Amino acid sequence: MGTEAAARLALQPALMRARGLSKRYVQRTPFSRRSFAIEALVEVNFEIAPGCLTALIGQSGSGKSTLASCLAMMEKPDYGEIWFEGSEISHWSHRKLAPLRPRIQMVFQDAAGALDPRFSAAQIIEEPLQIQHRERGQNLRVRACQLMEEVGLPPDWANRSPLELSGGQRQRLAFARAIALKPSLLILDESLSGLDLSTQAQILNLVLDLKAAHSLTCLLITHDLSLVGQIADFVAVMHQGRIVECGSAPQVLGSPQHPQTCKLLASVQVLETAFRAARAGGRG
Amino acid sequence: MKPRKKKSKRKLIAAAIFLLALHLAILLAGFVAPCPPAEQNRDFPYVPPTRVHFVDARGHLHLRPFVYPSAPRLDRLYEYTEARDQEYPVHFFVAASEYKIAGWLPSHTHLFGVDTPAQIFLAGTDNYGRDQFSRILYGGQISLAAGLLATGISLFFGVLVGCISGFYAGWIDESAMRVAELFLVLPWLYVLLAVRAFLPLHISAAQTFLLLVAVIGTIGWARPARLVRGIVLSARSRKYVTASRGFGASDAYILRCHVLPHTYGTLLTQAALLVPQYVIAEVTLSFFGLGLSEPMPSWGNLLANLQQYNVLVSYWWMFAPALVLVLVSLGYLTVANAFHQRLQSGSIE
Amino acid sequence: MKSSAGAKMWSSMKYLERRVIHAVLLLVGASILSFLFSSLAPGSFFDEMKLNPQISPETVAALRSQYGLDQPLPVKYFRWVKSVLHGEWGYSFAYNQPVRSLLMVRARNTLLLTALAMALAWLIAVPVGVWVASRRGRWEDQLTSASTSLLLSVPELVLALALLYLVIRTHALPVGGMVSTGFDRLGSWGQMTDLVSHLIVPVTTLVLASLPILIRHVRASMIEVLQAPFIQAARGHGISRSRLLFHYALPAAANPLISLFGLSIAGLLSGSLLVEVITGWPGLGPLLLEACFSRDLYVVIGVVMASTLFMIFGSLIADVMLVAADPRVRTDYASERA
Repeated sequence: MGTEAAARLALQPALMRARGLSKRYVQRTPFSRRSFAIEALVEVNFEIAPGCLTALIGQSGSGKSTLASCLAMMEKPDYGEIWFEGSEISHWSHRKLAPLRPRIQMVFQDAAGALDPRFSAAQIIEEPLQIQHRERGQNLRVRACQLMEEVGLPPDWANRSPLELSGGQRQRLAFARAIALKPSLLILDESLSGLDLSTQAQILNLVLDLKAAHSLTCLLITHDLSLVGQIADFVAVMHQGRIVECGSAPQVLGSPQHPQTCKLLASVQVLETAFRAARAGGRG
Repeated sequence: MKPRKKKSKRKLIAAAIFLLALHLAILLAGFVAPCPPAEQNRDFPYVPPTRVHFVDARGHLHLRPFVYPSAPRLDRLYEYTEARDQEYPVHFFVAASEYKIAGWLPSHTHLFGVDTPAQIFLAGTDNYGRDQFSRILYGGQISLAAGLLATGISLFFGVLVGCISGFYAGWIDESAMRVAELFLVLPWLYVLLAVRAFLPLHISAAQTFLLLVAVIGTIGWARPARLVRGIVLSARSRKYVTASRGFGASDAYILRCHVLPHTYGTLLTQAALLVPQYVIAEVTLSFFGLGLSEPMPSWGNLLANLQQYNVLVSYWWMFAPALVLVLVSLGYLTVANAFHQRLQSGSIE
Repeated sequence: MKSSAGAKMWSSMKYLERRVIHAVLLLVGASILSFLFSSLAPGSFFDEMKLNPQISPETVAALRSQYGLDQPLPVKYFRWVKSVLHGEWGYSFAYNQPVRSLLMVRARNTLLLTALAMALAWLIAVPVGVWVASRRGRWEDQLTSASTSLLLSVPELVLALALLYLVIRTHALPVGGMVSTGFDRLGSWGQMTDLVSHLIVPVTTLVLASLPILIRHVRASMIEVLQAPFIQAARGHGISRSRLLFHYALPAAANPLISLFGLSIAGLLSGSLLVEVITGWPGLGPLLLEACFSRDLYVVIGVVMASTLFMIFGSLIADVMLVAADPRVRTDYASERA
């Protein structure tokens, strides 16, 4: 997406905004008086622009998943505010948050663990529709088959168990389930990791298609920078619980300011260089 | 692997069929047993099992099995010979004493019987001349029912505590598991006797039965609770549970649809293991005289006769309830083994 | 080097200290639970005791004040604890004496029986388990598997009765009790053989009852270890089979087996109760049964506590063995404190 379009979008009100988010985890070893704290998020200020794909990158342990959990209302931050579609939701009770939940959906990294093996493919997609009373009876199955087609799974696989599907097919199923409730925000927590490259490419295209078809806002959490370059509109870099750099994708990736960003980018280049050298050496 | 799987499947089916047949026979004890359990034949104490013949004294083959009546020997006490002057064929579906099917439907038909004055004591008699075969069947009703009901109670409490403990974790889990550890550390028979000791000694048969079941069942909740807790803990941390929460699913829904179904396999195996243990517990209590007492038959108080030296030595047929007990144990343990193997091979986690 | 060895020992001590505290807490918990169960009794033991003609009114009054028999449960509990600390352990209404002297003799007898049975069972189970593990799938393994399944299905009650029957019919051994009449007149060798001849039936029953589970676990443990890479490597070095099994594989398989040791004590104790009653061995079992019939509250509680003590003691021994055998336990704890 061009810088012009990005600038235009940046003027629109953010879909989701976080101010000063902080969260710490305290771990106690049993029977011991010692405990140690992990600062997962430190004063995080973050915005997600509507209709765009924002990438959240950083090393393992930088706090990406914690931020995603807080934004998805799975966990409550210790301090800070979260604004979603104009309302401040960080201190809302479970009951108050209930109607908002369908609007933010998450797709996880390990599709095998995210799909209950006892359910069939169609039942997995029907589950959110059933819980939220969106459809009834026969319509459930019809809608589920529609969604399966949309993500590229043949509808006559409706009765297959997720165990019978490949990694890529499972992830497609997870996507079908995620968009069933027509969310405004889709959080992809390392959804493309753990797949082989060709499958990754397919799922990437699926994400872009779904985004265009449903005007989805996406938040992509990943440690894989090559992906980011291909599809992100905005990029935020996290390091040790803090957002150290953020901006439009060409800006961050083209002229990185923070040393951490530079390091991340450099490692990709090192890999690419090594890969190219190995291939050149192999041929020679 | 295939031949082993087939073999274990065959064993499972054989054991299941055997258990089903036995339970059915015991359930329909009134029909299968030729005599009522309390009927005494004072003239025939300690009769050995009646021999069923197909070939008579003259060497003729009969298609229908028959028996000879037992006559007490005049020179020796408690010894019998067969009076071979007349054959008494065994009839099937005879009309004899009345009993009630399932406690309310009266009926007169018994599976088999012989005409008087012959008697058919398939497992001999005791010192009151009561048919042991009938008493074993009726006693089985008590012992098996006690085992099954107590297993139900243990599993119920086990699932309840295990679910709550595993699902909510935190201090609830800690304290529940500490209490479970306490129950596991006490040697069960000592505790069983102790609890029984504190309850009134002489109460009605129905009350005794319910008491036994309650006591046996409530002591044994700890192991199923621990197992269920483990499964619930691991299931609850799965991403599909997180996803369901993201759709707005309630805790009850998640427990019912995503967590509990993973416990079914383990619960079945546990049930198959616990039933014989609890049957043996009831039998032990009755054997000691702390369970059901005369004249209600229970496998325990039937075996209690063997505590007398002369009975143990001379009247081997009084061991029959022990044989049935062993067969029941064997059946249930085979089933439990098969369940366990299927669970392990079929589990994805 | 010195400091690390010292640190290891210290961390082992700390681990054991933790286990001992845990054990004491369990004992206290068990005693409270027992007293809670006793409160189930409708009517009080006190009323029944008053009706008992064998106990004089003065004794009744003395007991009432000492044990708080007409007071609420917590008072009774604390008075009992006081009595335990004083060495009396409550009072037996049926025997008209402090529980301690009763318990000591019986507990000693039960300990003799169970310790012997335990030792024998393990001495047989370990070699057999190791052997069938090494012969996995072959006819020896299948035969053992079938016989252990069969043995497992036979309840201890039936085993004891069957053994008694055999012994009586063959007149092979004296039956019943711990010693024959006229024991005191025998010489020390005679006394020994007499005791042993009375021990054979109960010990055999207990051993037969415990063997199936032990053999299965030893076999399972060994099979798992035998598949480990370090065993394959050792085999490649040409180490002899028996050395491989016993010096390399068995110590690695020891951890779950030692835990099993602790757990199997519970089953053994329950089994010993049955066996003692049936064979007439004067241990804690018959004492408990009598106390059940004569409603002797403090004897019942005393016996339950004694058996729990055995269990806990046994599992403490298992913990000590675990610390000695498995270096991971020591280092785990040490790193936690580091």
